[in-house]
Order: sequence, then C-alpha cells, then structure tokens
Amino acid sequence: MSSNVKKTLMVALGVCLVASVLVSTAAVELKPIQTKNKKLDMLKNILSAGDLLKEKSNIEDIYKENIEPEIIDLKTGEVIPKDKYDEVVNTNDFDVKSVASSDKWGEAIPADKDIAGIKRMPKVMIVYQVLDKDKNVVKYIFPIYGKGLWSTMYGFISLAKDLSTVEGFTFYDQGETPGLGGEVDNPRWKKLWIGKEVFDPSGKLKIQVIKRKVDPSAPDAKYKVDGLSGATLTTNGVNHLVRFWMSDEGFGLFLKKLRGEKNEKV
Amino acid sequence: MKKYREILLDPIFNNNPIALQILGICSALAVTSKMDTAIVMSLAVILVTAFSNLFVSLIRNHVPSSIRILVEMTIIASLVIIADQFIRAFAYDVSKQLSVYVGLIITNCIVMGRTEAYALKNPPIASFIDGIGNGLGYTFILILLAFVRELFGSGKLLGYSILPLSTDGGWYVANGMLLMPPSAFFLIGFIIWIIRTLKPEQMEEA
Repeated sequence: MSSNVKKTLMVALGVCLVASVLVSTAAVELKPIQTKNKKLDMLKNILSAGDLLKEKSNIEDIYKENIEPEIIDLKTGEVIPKDKYDEVVNTNDFDVKSVASSDKWGEAIPADKDIAGIKRMPKVMIVYQVLDKDKNVVKYIFPIYGKGLWSTMYGFISLAKDLSTVEGFTFYDQGETPGLGGEVDNPRWKKLWIGKEVFDPSGKLKIQVIKRKVDPSAPDAKYKVDGLSGATLTTNGVNHLVRFWMSDEGFGLFLKKLRGEKNEKV
Repeated sequence: MKKYREILLDPIFNNNPIALQILGICSALAVTSKMDTAIVMSLAVILVTAFSNLFVSLIRNHVPSSIRILVEMTIIASLVIIADQFIRAFAYDVSKQLSVYVGLIITNCIVMGRTEAYALKNPPIASFIDGIGNGLGYTFILILLAFVRELFGSGKLLGYSILPLSTDGGWYVANGMLLMPPSAFFLIGFIIWIIRTLKPEQMEEA
C-alpha cells in the first residue's frame, strides 16, 4: 500500500471517529431533556384542549390534579384494565403514532371506511377524563387525527359531561399552509367549536364543518362550524376526521356505553 | 486586527452570501415567515459555518485533496446534528417549526462554499471569523426577510401583535402571499436590487 493511500485512509478514519464520538455524546446527553420537552408539550396540549392551562403554574401539577387518563378498546367501548398495559400502550406516554403502527395494537382500516385518510388506526385509544375538585368527571378529552391537505393533523376534542357539547378543540401537530389551512391552529377558529353539539338528542352524529360561514339563525347552526376560507381541502380534512373519530369506528361505542350507564343511573 | 474586522464585516454588505454569491436561498425561503424561527436558524448557521471553517482549517494541511469534500461534509454534518440536538433540547417550540430545515443546513451552500473557498487556504482564526462573518451576512438577509414577512404577512413581530388584524377585529388585512415561500424570492430580488444600486461594483456584466 502506498503511503498516500494509507494517509488518506487514516485521515478519513480519524475524522469519522472524532465526529461520531461528538455526535453520539450530544445525542445521548441531551436525550433526557428532549424527552421531557416532548412530554411537557403533550401535556400542555391536553390541558389546553381541556381549557385548564393557567399561566405561571406547573403543567405537570395541573395535569396530575385534574386529569385521569384511561385506555379504552374502540371495538367494545370497554376500559382496558391496567394489567394489560405494555410499553406501547400505557397512560404515561401514549403516542397514537406508535400505537397505530404496532402489530399488536394497530390495524389497517378498509379503504371505504377510512374517511379520515389515516390508513392505520389504533385498536385502543386513550381518553383523558377531566376531574373537578370532588373527583367527578366534568369533561372528556379525546385524541383525534386525520389527513388535511399536506399533512396528518393531530389534535384533541373535548366534550362536556353530556358527551355532545364541544368544550375545546385543538391541533398540536399539523403542517398545513401557514395563513390558510394552518389557521386550524388559530385560537379564534378553535373558539368557534366551543358550544357546538356533536350529536343530536337521539345520538345521531351531526357535527359538520361547512364551506363558508354558518348562518346563526338556522335551526341546525349548533351542529355546524365555519370552514376556513381559502382552505377547502384542509377544512374537508377536519370535517372528516372529527366525524370519523366520533363515529362508531372511533369513540362512538365508548360514548354510547357511557351514555347508557348514565341513563341507567337516572 | 483591521484585517479580521474586514473578514468579519465584508460578507455582510460587500460580499453577502445570499445577495452576491446567491448561496443558501432555499432555507432563506423556508424559515423566514416568522422572526423567531429566522433568528434561531441564523444562530445555528453562524455556529455551524464558524466551527466547520475552524475545524477544516485546522486540519487543512493534512487532508488529502482526493477526500477533502467528504471530510468537509463529515465535519459539517456532525456540527449540524449537534446544533439540531441542542435546539431540540433547549428551544423545543422553535425546533418544531424549523422541523427539517435545521438538518438541511448540511446542504446549505454557504457552509460548504466557505470551507471550500476559504478555510482550505487560510489559517484557523481567520477562517473562524470568516465563518461568523458569512453567518452574519446570512442572518442580515434572513432577519430582513422575516421582519417584512411577519409584519405584513401576519401583523406581528416576534409573535407580538403590531398591526391589529382584520380577522381579529383590527384594521389591517394581512397579505397572505407574504407567508408563502415564493414571496421571499421577490423580497430577495428587491434586496439584491437595492444593494447593487448602492454598490454598482457588484453588478454582473450582462
């Protein structure tokens, strides 16, 4: 081997070695802070969907005090007992993406039912119950997601105790066009959702995002939300994903079960 | 000292990497719809250009020219990954908005261009300063773009409302086009026009 080739190899190896040590040190050392950030961000989004976010108070404390998560089986509406939890499905770090893609907990959706355009969905889903001071459930926060124009939009919808009135609506992860579809993140638009009814009194799925503005005097105005101007495809996406997750494919069975329980008590 | 000053300040107006060398346009379009992303992106680019120039210059006499581009890329890529990790750890919200663009600093022509054109031929300290200078040149354009785009595109600066938007009950009708990447093209065009009118020596021969 000529000394020229030898030197080339030495330099290449040396550079790679130093670079890899630096990169892996940074990645390993900063990992705990990054994971914590991610988790806090998630909690923040849950709290904001439940309208619990207060300034200058510790997010983790509010979460612990007010939220009781549980995991439900979407096929039956039953609560999954804690002893069935594993590293993918648990209330500590429930990530819809990894649950939906796992073999055990996720499944493919038949194309004709897949109105939200998500292809795979989790068989189980987390539900965050918001408790009042006396530990009574006052509202429920459901994770929802579906395809917009460019991106899959991840968010939460929060329903009141009557299981129909929207208490909060938010997206925490979306990549729609800023200024147009990206307005799904606009607080003013999200506020439009509050007070709308998802179901009619007979339990039929009614909520709809429409093109243009809702006529407030129309009798069914409380089931309709204004679409975003200039963002028809994103608006359709939101409409589909909300309707998908509120249907029997999504949280429908769980909601029916809860409603049934309540009626028995009365 | 005078020499270092020149190396530092020259790339801002006289030899701006975006306006004169037309390098790094892609990220200048992508991250300038808001001031805060532009600032974080600029800081990352300053650090990466400065340190990649420094390290490349330190080993410039030992790198066989047959693999010099690979060595430069390895150094740049490592620095970018480290910068990305730091941003994710300490500026999580901004990192979500910057998404892939921090990783794309690796392909930012400014970084590669400066190591090739400057660091390989010059001593470490001068190279380091050249890196900061070119990073600042990039920053200057980015901040300028972001200022115009955020102010007139969404009526805000750094997230604070300056021009009350008509959608929020104010009087200002936001110019949505400014939020789209192509608007940065027009703005960069105007900036180049202004700089070249003020400094006719930068004009290219037709």
